[in-house]
Amino acid sequence: MPQTMFDKLWEAHEVSDGLIYIDLHLVHEVTSPQAFDGLRLAGRPVRRPDKTLATADHNVPTDGTKAARLIADELSRVQVETLERNCEEFGIPVYSLGSERQGIVHVIGPELGVTQPGMTIVCGDSHTSTHGAFGALAFGIGTSEVEHVLATQCLVQKRPKTMRILYRGELAAGVTPKDLILATIGRLGTGGMVGHAVEYAGPAIEALSMPGRMTICNMTIEGGGRAGMIAPDETTFEWVRGRPAAPADFDVAIERWRLLPSDEGAGFDTELEIDASSISPMVTWGTNPGMVVEVTDAVPDPATMDSPADRESAERALAYMALDPGTPMTEVAPERVFIGSCTNSRIEDLREAAEMVDGRRVASSVRAMVVPGSQQVKVAAEAEGLDEVFRSAGFEWREAGCSMCLGMNPDTLSEGERCASTSNRNFEGRQGRGGRTHLVSPRMAAAAAIEGHFVDIRDWS
Amino acid sequence: MRPIDVIEGQVSVLDRADVDTDQIIPKQFLKRVERTGFGEFLFYDWIRSGEIRLEPNPILVAGRNFGCGSSREHAPWALEDFGFEAIIAPSFADIFYANCTKIGLLPVILDEEHCRAVAEAGEARIDVDDETVNCAAGVFGFEIEPDVKHRLLGGLDDIGITLENADAIDAFEQSGAAERGPVTTAL
Repeated sequence: MPQTMFDKLWEAHEVSDGLIYIDLHLVHEVTSPQAFDGLRLAGRPVRRPDKTLATADHNVPTDGTKAARLIADELSRVQVETLERNCEEFGIPVYSLGSERQGIVHVIGPELGVTQPGMTIVCGDSHTSTHGAFGALAFGIGTSEVEHVLATQCLVQKRPKTMRILYRGELAAGVTPKDLILATIGRLGTGGMVGHAVEYAGPAIEALSMPGRMTICNMTIEGGGRAGMIAPDETTFEWVRGRPAAPADFDVAIERWRLLPSDEGAGFDTELEIDASSISPMVTWGTNPGMVVEVTDAVPDPATMDSPADRESAERALAYMALDPGTPMTEVAPERVFIGSCTNSRIEDLREAAEMVDGRRVASSVRAMVVPGSQQVKVAAEAEGLDEVFRSAGFEWREAGCSMCLGMNPDTLSEGERCASTSNRNFEGRQGRGGRTHLVSPRMAAAAAIEGHFVDIRDWS
Repeated sequence: MRPIDVIEGQVSVLDRADVDTDQIIPKQFLKRVERTGFGEFLFYDWIRSGEIRLEPNPILVAGRNFGCGSSREHAPWALEDFGFEAIIAPSFADIFYANCTKIGLLPVILDEEHCRAVAEAGEARIDVDDETVNCAAGVFGFEIEPDVKHRLLGGLDDIGITLENADAIDAFEQSGAAERGPVTTAL
């Protein structure tokens, strides 16, 4: 019987009914301390430190602080030091502040090559779905489950349903993977993928680079999806080839990986099609990622919405965002621009943003910041001179971390500040209490920084 | 985890859809390395601004897609620490639902109409074994996975249960299937 990629991955990892073996467990400082405490309390070791990898990302300052012990915020410092201590005690490799391999957990996995096709990957972070871009089954878990995986290398899981979204056609010039996933979530809603492992397929997906595929899988959770995945192909194999953790028997591995894609005729619980060529640059207007419109559109009018729940949510969102219905999105003027996060902080994202700002100046009304996803992205960008492009345009050039995506470190919005952000969540207060977030692609964020308001980058020069 | 069989008492209501975990427990409170003490920060901004009021009753009735967003278990920790023992909603985000069942905070899925009825009744009795919610408006059935129910009723440690299966994990690892992946300690 023809199988989906998800079915193959699930069955290859089922230890017993509903117990799934985990090939890679990524760990960071925020969701792990209580899990390590639990192990100590029960006297349990970490079963497979060799399948576990840790980094410090959520809390770390991006201003050049070189070591965990130098973090000014006491609680953040304790959390990062606790991670270092726990990893030492349990024998887990850790790339903390100061390591040349430190960075956002979902950036460093693919970068080191530990993210590979056919694997099961978990992390105490909802954006673990990112790794599905390699044809892996990857999803976020809570702290109790982190402890469970540390102790058993397995996870008790209810088998999700399967969904396939087929993207016909090609993305138009100036339209990016970020726009594709925002448009998809806009159509399905933030709960539209709940309970499903979602496979993104079709020519528009196959044409994408790995960073683009990662952006799409990353935001699966914003549609409520359990996992996002894309079939591995030559693009995937070439990304993994030569990386520090790439398999020694690479050609043998490729032969195995070639068996992973969904079989012809495999059945999905839910299937839908989207015309990729009809997608435009997108901007969110509200307080969840499903509240999104094309940049050429206006802020929607809640009065035109059918469901009372939607109407009420939209009214509350517009009040929070201080936007009036009918305002063209191109008149919305952010004072802050953030280019970074596990969604859009890879070298390709930075290249695209740099291309937009090269030779220009950030508008006087805007404070703009670039936070590379990892130390290695930072080094690569500097080798290409991207830091100079950003700096001379008036951007701040920072160290690697999650930074203003969630503002656990000092990079936050002030009350009422409006931000064009390449991150993944525009929830109330996400980037700082009272802060107003508009999610966009790196190109759109860069152009907004220059103009001081959103522009349709398709006709911007 | 303590065993749960019946949860009974007054109902608090949060009639909003898509309530995300950033609202349930804002990020500035995730820096603690302990598991306790999060209740006072529950819905920090909404409660401080007077936007909502919540009594720490045993039962919370919420809107659809409750707990969407981040995987932070701090969200169920905060709800439990505040005083809630069960949350009734038309739907939950997947990770949030799983996190609740791991700590013994009972997530109950009822359709919107029944959620409204429980909210209006103001009091309810939830029987885990029978999978029913009983209130002045009637008795409503709900579903819960058999293994989750077994664990909740017994107050059982998930890890302990899995480790009883250690032979199967050993066998899986010895089959070689598990050993193809990268070795992080060799990097």
